[in-house]
Parts: sequence; C-alpha cells; structure tokens
Amino acid sequence: MANLEAESVLVIDIGATQTRVSLFDTVEGQYRFIASGVAPSTLQAPFRDISEGVYRAIDHLQEITGRLVLNGDSQLLLPTQEDGSGVDHLFMTFSGEPEARIITAGLLNDVSLESAQRLANCTYGKIVESISLTDHRRTEVKIDAILRANPDLIILTGGTEKGANRSVLQLAQLILLVCRLLPIDKRPEILYAGNQSLAEKIKDAAERWTRVHVAPNIRPSIDVENLSAAEEALNSSLLRLRARQISGFDHFSQLCSAPPTPSASAFGRVIRFLSRVYDPAKGVLGVDVGASHSVLAAALAGDLSLHIFPWGLGKTMPAVLDYASEQDVQRWLPLEIAPNIIRDYLWQKQLYPASLPLSAETLAIEEAVLRVLLRSAMRQAAQRLPWEMPRFEPILAAGAVLTQTGHPGRSLLALLDGLQPVGVTTFILDPNHLATSLGVVANTIPLLPVQVMESGAFLNLGTVISPVSSVRSGNPALKVRLEREDGDVSEVEVRSGRLATLPLAPGQTGRIHLEPLQRTEIDPLHRRQARDFKVVGGLCGVVIDARGRPLRLPANVNQRRELLNQWNESLNV
Amino acid sequence: MLAATTHILPLTHIRRARLLPSAGSVLVKVGQSVTAVDVIAEAPQSQRHVFINLRNALRPPAGSNLLKLLVREPGENVQAGDVIAETRGLFQRVLRAPSDCKIIGISGESLLLEMPGDLFQLQAGFNGQVVEIIPERGAILENDGLLIQGVWGNGHTGLGILHVMANAPGEAFTASQVDPTLRGAVVFAACCNEESALQAAEETALHGLILGSMPSNLIPFAQSLSVPIMLLEGFGSIPVNSKAFHLLSSSAEREVSVHAVPWNAANGERPELFIPLPASGEIASEVAEFAAGQTVRILGSPYAGQIATIEDVLPGSTQLANGLRAPSASLLLENRQEVIVPLNNLDVLE
Repeated sequence: MANLEAESVLVIDIGATQTRVSLFDTVEGQYRFIASGVAPSTLQAPFRDISEGVYRAIDHLQEITGRLVLNGDSQLLLPTQEDGSGVDHLFMTFSGEPEARIITAGLLNDVSLESAQRLANCTYGKIVESISLTDHRRTEVKIDAILRANPDLIILTGGTEKGANRSVLQLAQLILLVCRLLPIDKRPEILYAGNQSLAEKIKDAAERWTRVHVAPNIRPSIDVENLSAAEEALNSSLLRLRARQISGFDHFSQLCSAPPTPSASAFGRVIRFLSRVYDPAKGVLGVDVGASHSVLAAALAGDLSLHIFPWGLGKTMPAVLDYASEQDVQRWLPLEIAPNIIRDYLWQKQLYPASLPLSAETLAIEEAVLRVLLRSAMRQAAQRLPWEMPRFEPILAAGAVLTQTGHPGRSLLALLDGLQPVGVTTFILDPNHLATSLGVVANTIPLLPVQVMESGAFLNLGTVISPVSSVRSGNPALKVRLEREDGDVSEVEVRSGRLATLPLAPGQTGRIHLEPLQRTEIDPLHRRQARDFKVVGGLCGVVIDARGRPLRLPANVNQRRELLNQWNESLNV
Repeated sequence: MLAATTHILPLTHIRRARLLPSAGSVLVKVGQSVTAVDVIAEAPQSQRHVFINLRNALRPPAGSNLLKLLVREPGENVQAGDVIAETRGLFQRVLRAPSDCKIIGISGESLLLEMPGDLFQLQAGFNGQVVEIIPERGAILENDGLLIQGVWGNGHTGLGILHVMANAPGEAFTASQVDPTLRGAVVFAACCNEESALQAAEETALHGLILGSMPSNLIPFAQSLSVPIMLLEGFGSIPVNSKAFHLLSSSAEREVSVHAVPWNAANGERPELFIPLPASGEIASEVAEFAAGQTVRILGSPYAGQIATIEDVLPGSTQLANGLRAPSASLLLENRQEVIVPLNNLDVLE
C-alpha cells in the first residue's frame, strides 16, 4: 500500500555514458511522471565519482521544471519542503560499468555449473573462469587460474538438497585456499547457493577470509532450477562492489528509500508485472539496448527470465564480431559499405562510445549492428528460457538507440527485423527510460508504477500482425480490413514478403478483420487467435509484416539492398 | 554540458601517478630524475603454485602430524635446496625446496609452495622528476613540456629522437620509408595501411611510432610488436588533426617519449607523447564545458579528425541530416565551412 504522504519521488539512473534523474509526483491525486534531467555520467575519469553527473542531471531537471531539488549547498532536499522544493523519496539504479569479474564453481558442468552461469548472466558481470569437479586440471593449476582471473565474486553451487556434500566442501576448500593467498583487499566475495545443509559450515569456514553470502540452492534437485532468490543476493554483492569501486555511490545509497538496484533487475520487475496484467497465455518481452550492455527480459504469467548481454552500441560495439560475423552485419546494410569501413567504425566506437553516427553510412552500420544484436540476443535467450518460447504481447523497447531514432518507423523496423515476432503483438517505446525507474520504486510504492503506466508514460508504436505464410513472395497472403471508430475504413491485400501499414492515430481505436489467404496462418501457435479484434492506434498505425519468419534476405546483394530500402519506405523511413 | 577533452599542448606541466597493479617495491626516491623507460617500481605477478604431497614425499609413520614435519614456517621465503620438511629417527627423509619459493602452508596432506612468477616492471612513461612516493605502489612524476594525447596504444613505452616522416596529415606510411638510419628513433607518420610498414618499424628497432591512424585489422599485429605504437586519431584512414601535425612537424630532432598504453577510460590513463622543454607550463584542466570560441576536434565521418571552432552551442536538441536529434553546436571548420555537429561528437582540445 502506498504511503500517501510520499508524494514526490526522484529516481537516479547511473548509466555507462549517461546519468538520468526522473521526477514523479502526484497530480490530482495520481502519481505522474513529471520530467527527466540528463547529464554525461562521471563515474570514469577525470571525476571517478558519480556525484558530479548526478548533480548536473538534477540541475537540468531543475531548469526544465523550475522546481528546486537541491539546496544552496548542492544537497538533496529530503523530504519535500514547505515551499514545495525537494522530494520525499530517492531511489537509484545502476548499470554495467565497471563489469563484475565472476568465477562460477559447481560440481557438474551441465547441472550446478550451468545454473551458476545462468545466474551470473542475470547481472552485469563477466564470467572470467569456471571450476567444476569434472575439471581435470591439477589443483594448483586451478588455483593459478583463479588468481590470474582476479575475480570480484565467486558463485559456489553444487549438491542438490540431500545430495553431494564432500565434493562441495572440496570446492569450497579450494576457493578458501585462493582467498588465503590474496591480500585482504583483493579477496573476492563468495555467494554460496548450493546444498543448504552445508551452508552454515561453509559460511563459518569462509568468513575468516572473506565476505560470504548464502542464498537458497539454485539447483535444489536435478530437474529444478530456482535462480530468483539467489539473484537478490547477487545484486547485493554487485551493489557492495560498486560502492567500493565508485565514489559517491555510498553517499546516494544512504539517502535512498530502498537499496540501489541494477537497472536490468528493475527493468525485469516491470516486465514481470506486465506479464501478470496482460494476456496470461502470452508473455511480455522487454528489450533495453544500452551503450555497454543489453537486457532482454521475458516474462510469462509472473515468471521472469532475465538475460543481460555484454553487447551494446557504444563501447562494446566491436563485440558484434564475437557473437556474429561481418557478413551478418553486411546483410542488413541498404547501401554499399566496404567491410574494412565497418570494422574501423566499430573499433572507433569503442574509443568514443558516446559519439553518434553523423552520416547515412555510419547510421546504416549502427542500425545493422542493432539488428544483429537483437537477433542474437533473442536466439540465445530462447535457449535459456525455462518455458517454451511464447508469443509476446506487448513488447517494450528501451534504450536511446531504439527510442531516439527520430522516426517511429525506424524504431519499429529495427525491432521487427531483430526480434521477428509471430502473430499479433503491440510494440511500446519507453523514450524516457521510465521502466527502470518504475521497477526500482515498485516494492516501496507499488501504486506509483501502476498509475504512471496507466497515464500513458510509454509510447504505443502500434499493433503488428506477423502472419506465417508459405505463399510465394509477391503473392497475396492476407486481406486486412480496418474499421476506425469514426467510421472510416481501410482495406489492404498484403502480399507475401511485404510490409504494409494502415493508418490509425495514437489513441484512436478501430476494429480489425483479418482474412488469411491460402497457406497463411496468423499464428500457428495460437490457431484460435481471433481474426476480428479491437486495436488501439500507435505512432506507426497498424502494421502487417508478411515478410515471413525467419526473415530471409536475398543472397544477391543488389536485390537485398533494394528489398531493405523497400521495407524502409513501407514504414516511411 | 561536460566535454570530452584531449590535450594537444605546446607547453604544459604534467603530473602523473604511476602505480603498480598490486603491492611491490618502489625503486626510486623523491627528487630523482628518471627517463621514460626507467623502471620505477616492480611487483611479482603470475606466481605459480605447487602442491607436494608430504605423505608421499616423506613417508612418515602412520598417524604422524604432518605440520610437525615442517622445519620452516608458513610465509617464509626459502631458496632452492633448503630443507623445508623432514622426518626424524633412524631413516630420516628430507624434502628440499625445488626452487626459490615461499611456503604457504599445508592443505590436507599437501604442502603448498608459491613459486615466483614474472616481475611486472613499471616504467616512468616520460622523462621527469619523482615528486612523491606512494609506498609499495609507485610514484608521482612531474615535468614541463609538449604533450600530445593519443587514443590507442599497443602497450609499450619508448624514448628517442623524433623523426618527422609525414609531409601531410593524410600521407601514407610505407615500409620503403623506413631505413636502417632510423634505428632508435621515434618516427611520426600519418596513415599506416600496411602490415609491412609496421613490420619494418619493428625490424629497424624504432623506439616509437606515432601514427594518425591505421586500419583496425592491424590491431592484433601491432599488439604483437615490441616497438611502441601510438595512434592520435583512431582506426581507419583519418588524417592527423592539424594542431598535432603542426606541433610534431616543428619538433623534429627533439627527444620524445612515447607512452603507448591503451586508453583506460576508468582511470583516465591515455597514450601520451611528451617532449620535455626548458620552460614552465601550467597544469591543463581535465574538465571542460562546451562554450563558444573553443577549439574542438570532430569525431566521426565525414569530418573525422578536423579541427573547428565552436561558434554557438545550440539550445535543446537539433535534428541532424540523418534524422537523429541531439544537443549540437554550430562549428566553423578550418576551411571556413560551417557545420552542425552533435556535442557527443566533439573533443575539446585543451
């Protein structure tokens, strides 16, 4: 239940390149998003302290709103003052920099170790070494490998409940030996999430050397995995690491109404919430593409699967050549760009991650990389989902590369090309990066995110219908009729391989009638999908994507470029 | 808005902390003059560990307390051949240190030894004077002179006489330009497109190679070489910016240090070249705000590497030709052309 005396909330988000502060307040008794202020992040040199970036972002917010949040000594005014200045609550989220160096340790590669790795993938970390019982390296070689890896955190798992004891203790012993060898300030924290009957013993033995946290067993039995409880402990470890690594973190943390939360976790909370609100037969998908990391959050009826990838469109842009190939990027280019130009641009972006593409060429490269990133993330996430890949509705997109494209059609086309949904879905944009803010506030003021979302804080890009058809390209696949509430009617026959749009302004409602033609299904997974349903307009209207799944691009480069340009034109890009 | 800055300065006072990644020994004293390649501190790294099963090695009687077999203490350093454990009695057996090592302790039935690894040696990075010692970690050095910061380095440091090979900011650097008389020199060239040119630099034992740019596919090769290589502009075929070009062209035959470390955005360490000068400079500010009148370098094609002057920082966000919107500034290029560029693509030269 909301504390109704808490009327105003400020959320700080510390990103790799940008710091944002978002203000929420009550308007006519309802929580509303008021405004955001942004400034370059200052967690790196020369400041190496988040404070400067935070205060500059707040200054920007104060300029926009005319409302004072800082006093004359640049201190946050908490709570709201009599003159209306200040805020009642402060929250904070943070993302991937610097990345935590994580070692995973488990008994069996395809059981506890795999779960430990999935747990590590739920946070802003990099697995720098893995140790298991099946690891045939001599003990001293493992010790040297762990030391060389210079870990911040070791996730130790293993042993189902009432399972292996001795092997887990052997692993623990190895880890403690490493801790003994390290100076106290270099010792990694340990997160133990294995056989709970050993928890106290391991904690008692390890606490002499380093900080230990115990979380519920992430693999309580062979066929059960439970990451969510351990995720909280992992986030706490990451928070402590940040506080040690980055000046200013502690100062703001102490002012917060709840512990600062990794941005991805906060984002995931909102996706999980939406999955409980929307059609339980469908999942909800959230994608957030940042400068150094990307997040893919999939939720089905309240069950969240969170995936963080060390891929972004800033500093980590060259990493596209690790998870994909140059040819994968080239396939998405609507104009000719030599491979060396592409490579050089990726590496130059690593030097200047905040720089923007200035030319049509460099914009095309970034848009191509974005598609490859989204596609690769979906593929990897699909393999890690605890359930069969559902249909998603809605799909929420965040991150400046998706929300600040200057044209809604450009944003939508990138999402369609990368995510390639099937059936009926709705795409929503989060241009003010609110999902993360709402997620961190949710546990403390549950009413705020609900009311803010209801107020239309997100932008509706539109409903997209993506039928599956085996009809030859260019032949009719689907007839669509849209009856708007004002009586206007639009009809279109959509050909296989094409995109089509029907205008329906944001907020306007209509009724859509679908008539799949031969060898075409709206959604093979949901054969009972209604062919006649209400739709709400978005920035791109109603879009029919009959290009097929998976998208197949012509091998011939000229044909391919022509097709890509055609698709751009279809969405008025 | 806060601006990214790069120092391209004819005269400045630099103060740099050189620190070991872990505790070690500092080899210099306050007041000492050092050259760029002098080792000012060192620390052990990459130690190896060895387990020796005491029961197998010494075959003590059953039930023996293995800890009591040790004749040296955990934490002690021993030399190769020193007795570290022994049994007593009629059939004495000894265990000797296989090499110089440190005794860590006993784990189970095994004795853990730590063998010394390589020594990480921290170089000064530029000719200067030691002004402060940071115990076990390093020192702070200072000097006055010409400073140019780069954007990429292959991790090495060198010192030599500057040889200016570039006649124009975008001129190609080729292997045929490198001759044996350049041995020990630091060469300033513009754009390197060929592996053979880098190979020639290595074979001629240059003490440094300062380039404007090179293709990114040469990165692995450049990293494999021992000649320090530093880029001023980045990857591709980007001409050297005019400010750096003029400064370097007019500094031929001076002694220059090339500290070609990778750019670490977290702690601010960048590749730098430095020419000491017999004059006093001011410490350059690391922080700048965008303002009219500033000299900036543009990042990203089609204006990559060009120097311009900010005419006006535009309010709000401006729509660019490619449709993106961003806070921007109107600039006057050196060729008098006026352009609008996002602030994110500007590097203030201070």
